[in-house]
Amino acid sequence: MLEIRWHSRAGQGAVTGAKGLADVISTTGKHVQAFAFYGSAKRGAAMTAYNRVNDQMIMNHEKYMEPDFVFVIDPALVYTSDVTINHKENTVYIITTHMSTQELVASQPKLADKKVYTVDCIKIAQETIGKAIPNTPMLGAFMKVSKMYDIEFFKESMVRILGKLPQKIIDANMIAIQRAYDEVK
Amino acid sequence: MAFDKMELRDIEVWDGNFAAAQALRQCQIDVVAAYPITPSTPIVEGYAKFLADGYVEGEFVMVESEHAAMSGCIGAAAAGGRVATATSSQGFALMVETLYQASGMRLPIVLNVVNRALAAPLNVNGDHSDMYLGRDSGWIQLDAYCPQDAYDLNFIAFKVSEDHEVRLPCMVHQDGFMTSHTAQGVKTLTDDQGYGFVGDFKPMNDMLDFEHPVTHGVQTEEDWHFEHKARQHNDLMTKVLPKIQAAFDDFEKLSGRKYSIVEKYDMDDADVAVVCMGTSVETAREVATEMRAKGIKAGVVGLRVVRPFPFMQLQEALKGAKAIATLDRSSPNGAPGMLFNEMAGCLYNLETRPMLCGKVYGLGGRDLTKKHLVDLFTELQANVDAGKITTPLQQFIGVRGPKLSFL
Repeated sequence: MLEIRWHSRAGQGAVTGAKGLADVISTTGKHVQAFAFYGSAKRGAAMTAYNRVNDQMIMNHEKYMEPDFVFVIDPALVYTSDVTINHKENTVYIITTHMSTQELVASQPKLADKKVYTVDCIKIAQETIGKAIPNTPMLGAFMKVSKMYDIEFFKESMVRILGKLPQKIIDANMIAIQRAYDEVK
Repeated sequence: MAFDKMELRDIEVWDGNFAAAQALRQCQIDVVAAYPITPSTPIVEGYAKFLADGYVEGEFVMVESEHAAMSGCIGAAAAGGRVATATSSQGFALMVETLYQASGMRLPIVLNVVNRALAAPLNVNGDHSDMYLGRDSGWIQLDAYCPQDAYDLNFIAFKVSEDHEVRLPCMVHQDGFMTSHTAQGVKTLTDDQGYGFVGDFKPMNDMLDFEHPVTHGVQTEEDWHFEHKARQHNDLMTKVLPKIQAAFDDFEKLSGRKYSIVEKYDMDDADVAVVCMGTSVETAREVATEMRAKGIKAGVVGLRVVRPFPFMQLQEALKGAKAIATLDRSSPNGAPGMLFNEMAGCLYNLETRPMLCGKVYGLGGRDLTKKHLVDLFTELQANVDAGKITTPLQQFIGVRGPKLSFL
């Protein structure tokens, strides 16, 4: 079982990102689950979203999770939420920030001795899509770090998932995914 | 037919709400009258979008309340159409008066209930308070454990509800957020398969058949009221379960997916068992398998049909168990839980007389973790080992503060 927790603000696209990732993975024959905690939370409120991936049917519906990967798609949540809660020894963090990994870990001691990757999904999204929607770039970074799928296969799958959007937006998302793939460290 | 078909992949990643909306599209609902409420909103929103995009030939009626939504459904069903809507929680509570009208008038309406807590305090998350509120209303109640079930059970619901020997409305329940907003792989039917399964709507005593005028919703005092209610109850008790079983059999032939009135998991030789509904059934199955690896013979019984209550089937499923816990996701407010009471009724006359205790859990969406279930199975095994119930009969799982237990 592969488990992922997203830390996001309502409106930044974590739910869409988690569902999009589940959709791509489902096409390769694996079983998937994507859900979120948001209740009545309004735009901008801190929230979490989740993915489960397994070779067998996923029966577990508990919300509790000890994630293999933690995605943080808003830079401030590293300080205002506990992004390390329920972690495992080998949990991998991919965090959106304008800082280097070293600077980030220095600013948040909880991340010391953790496996941390950084990428500026906010800046990438602003420069490509034109809006601070950091969900698709995060998935590009995840493809690089996890080596889950070939990036070209992943982008082709995302073109299908984003299908209803205008071509210009789809193209911008593809550039954002590739940039995050190339820039994550 | 004047609508477009939709190409679906064999497996789509859908949440429970979208799965239900797709089933409504494929069943080609004539009328949806709705007043959207969290977390069921995307079901009627989905139908409205399919309608606007030309994938359904029907009518969406916007109303001013859930009471009006069900009233609109009653009118449309009496007129002679295939009718559905969706609601949750406070909306369901406001609908209650009209639920009894729908079942008493023997109108085949399908209501998707996305289970949610009842205020106060206000809470949008999933528990079974609304489901329990509807259990004496004369409706058939089917329960989904995951998005796949939410999709499949809608087809079953129309098939059973519209059968001329049944003619009773049917609710399809799914857990708010835990199913409704959780995306999982859903194996789809093609539009032709889905519509073919439910078939064309066959009206009965429809008001728009002017050659054969009928009256709906009449008054009967003590001269006839009891006979109407008794016959409705008789049909629920004797006709519905065989029709549901037949629909499950047909559906298995079509899709390969098998449903049962009572869903037994590892019950053949189980010493300890939990009885529950909704997503908890699946989580409990996973934990039961893990308990068996530790040497505890654990099993799970899920109710697929809540009403009519499958009394004999549950008795049969649990006759070999030694210790049983019921899991009620609704505050009983001054009594043992509904499942505890119902199960006590069906186990009382068994010669084996298993030990029965009741747990209240998960109110307002509180997580039921695997750890909770491990502890529960362990406690049930302790009862078996001691030969008696070692705890109070009613306990709360997952509530903070002082441990609550009663009876």
